[in-house]
Amino acid sequence: MSLQSEVDIRDVSVRFGNVQVLEKLNLKIAPSEFIVLLGPSGCGKSTLLNAIAGLLDVSDGQMWIGGRNVTWEEPKDRGIAMVFQSYALYPRMSVKKNMSFGLEVAGTPRAEIEARVAEAAQMLKLTPLLERKPAALSGGQRQRVAIGRALVRKVGVYLFDEPLSNLDAQLRAELRVEIKRLHARLGATMIYVTHDQIEALTLADRIAVMQGGVIQQLAAPKDIYRRPVNRFVASFVGSPAMNFIAGRVEAGLFFHAGDYRIPLAGYAFAGAPAAGAATLGIRPEHVLAGHEAGPDAIAAKVEMVEPMGADTLIWSRLPDGASLSIRHAADAAVREGDTLPVSFPADALSVFDDTPAGARL
Amino acid sequence: MASPRMSSRASAYSALLPAFIVLAVVYIGSTVWTMWMSLTGSRMLPNNNFVGLRNYEILFSNDRWITSVHNLAFFGVLFVAISLALGFLLAVAIDQKVRSEDSWRSVYLYPYSMSFVVTGLVWQWLLNPTLGIQKLVRDMGFETFTFDWIAHAETVLYCLVIAGVWHAAGLVMAIMLAGLRGVDEDIWKAARVDGLPTWRVYASVVTPMLGASFATAGVLLSTSVVRLYDLSVAMTRGGPGIASEVPAKFVMDHLFERANISLATAAATSMLITVIAVVAPYMYWRTRVAARGRA
Repeated sequence: MSLQSEVDIRDVSVRFGNVQVLEKLNLKIAPSEFIVLLGPSGCGKSTLLNAIAGLLDVSDGQMWIGGRNVTWEEPKDRGIAMVFQSYALYPRMSVKKNMSFGLEVAGTPRAEIEARVAEAAQMLKLTPLLERKPAALSGGQRQRVAIGRALVRKVGVYLFDEPLSNLDAQLRAELRVEIKRLHARLGATMIYVTHDQIEALTLADRIAVMQGGVIQQLAAPKDIYRRPVNRFVASFVGSPAMNFIAGRVEAGLFFHAGDYRIPLAGYAFAGAPAAGAATLGIRPEHVLAGHEAGPDAIAAKVEMVEPMGADTLIWSRLPDGASLSIRHAADAAVREGDTLPVSFPADALSVFDDTPAGARL
Repeated sequence: MASPRMSSRASAYSALLPAFIVLAVVYIGSTVWTMWMSLTGSRMLPNNNFVGLRNYEILFSNDRWITSVHNLAFFGVLFVAISLALGFLLAVAIDQKVRSEDSWRSVYLYPYSMSFVVTGLVWQWLLNPTLGIQKLVRDMGFETFTFDWIAHAETVLYCLVIAGVWHAAGLVMAIMLAGLRGVDEDIWKAARVDGLPTWRVYASVVTPMLGASFATAGVLLSTSVVRLYDLSVAMTRGGPGIASEVPAKFVMDHLFERANISLATAAATSMLITVIAVVAPYMYWRTRVAARGRA
């Protein structure tokens, strides 16, 4: 099992009647890469996946998989396999039959089918369940069968359409690890659609954050998290969400909001720093609070404290009224009504301009 | 009264009482009375002279009754099988996202809104060699065309089947279409990725999922088979000869025309026993399945 294909999406547009879902989208995926398409519902990520699978005709552009132009080929001829959110198992067939049926219809030799099913079953720990019907399986087992049905096709690209969304939190975490292990073992190209940022951050080699049918940022999880290219990416990725403070960038490299100033010395501007209206973003865990805050600290008023076990989330308000969430050590002796000194390290900040898109400065 | 208000239990029972009385008198009472009558020597008027099973001996040596039962079995098998098959195919056809689907659905369902009497009359005209299809085709110039099944004893039952299927196929279509629409869209996508041809998905994946729809349609069709009376009366009056007689018609004729209440009730009781013999194992199986589903 060492097929790997590259996927090259060239200027692909998808329209439903007058509604333009994807417009001139380009995405090049390297062989054996794990790409996650991340975005809120309606952002076009599932549409893109269905277009790659060939379940949806593109209105424009070309789709290349494994060096072949497959724009107008049937899904079965594209060298892809797909796993669906609702499992989409054939309910009246046994687990074994679910995996083997497609191969049987395609005329694969019986011995070959047996071997592939046995291998996939062993990989997914399905061997004791082979004779069961899907109705007699738990959600996690059903999704493993669906993954098995994709594996036996032995293709270069595996597509996942929100495969874990129907599972409870614990199973989701388990299966997430299993998918990651599977990717390491197969080395196949995988394209994975989700709206769950944890799945995206844990699984992906690169994440494509989508909104409005456009890829906003395509980068490694760490870069997406640390250096979001615009306000949408910054606010969509990360939980609890990034704090935003409205203000102005001043020529002396200060960020001025209300009657306090935040030094920006050490911030890596994308271009030449220009003065003007801007938004400052900082993640809750990057805020320095209490005695860590240093001499130039700003006094934040604590409004609520949420102990979360491993750490504590503090909801506070800055002097100008902007709200600020702070992730703090679990043993912090902070109470509602306290005044907490906070400061913002420049290298952990993100500064966005005040255009509607909010591009990173 | 000790309490100004009845207990909720008592008020519930008093509200249900009329329905209980109707059930007891009309259904159970009439059934028991019919069974009792079949054991008496009643002719034009009911009497209580017990004669044992003599009426049943007469009944099962009666050619007309035997023919009626055979006819019903023949009609029933063909009618149910063809209606299910045709209704399913119509549903599949409509499921192909055809344009103006609503109109097609109405067109196919329309025959079901007509009574069997009207259906029978219409088809009697269509199949009548001197009025209907045969005449139409001959008038178009095909002088030797013959389509006179309704006039021959060997083929008249097929005519009943044609009219019955025309009447019921739309209903089956509606039930099947509801079932098809319940199939998860993702299963179709998965099948396409697997490379299954459409007919194969219908045959191997979708049809096995429609078990409940087939059972519902089958039960509805079977009840109309047992009731079969008006179609035979309106199309053929049981003829030619006794070639399209059916049990319900046998019962009605002996009750009201031939003044033989005891033989008619014996025939009715035989029908009831047959239906129970068929339905009871099915009900038993259903409860078993339901119990297993809960376990």
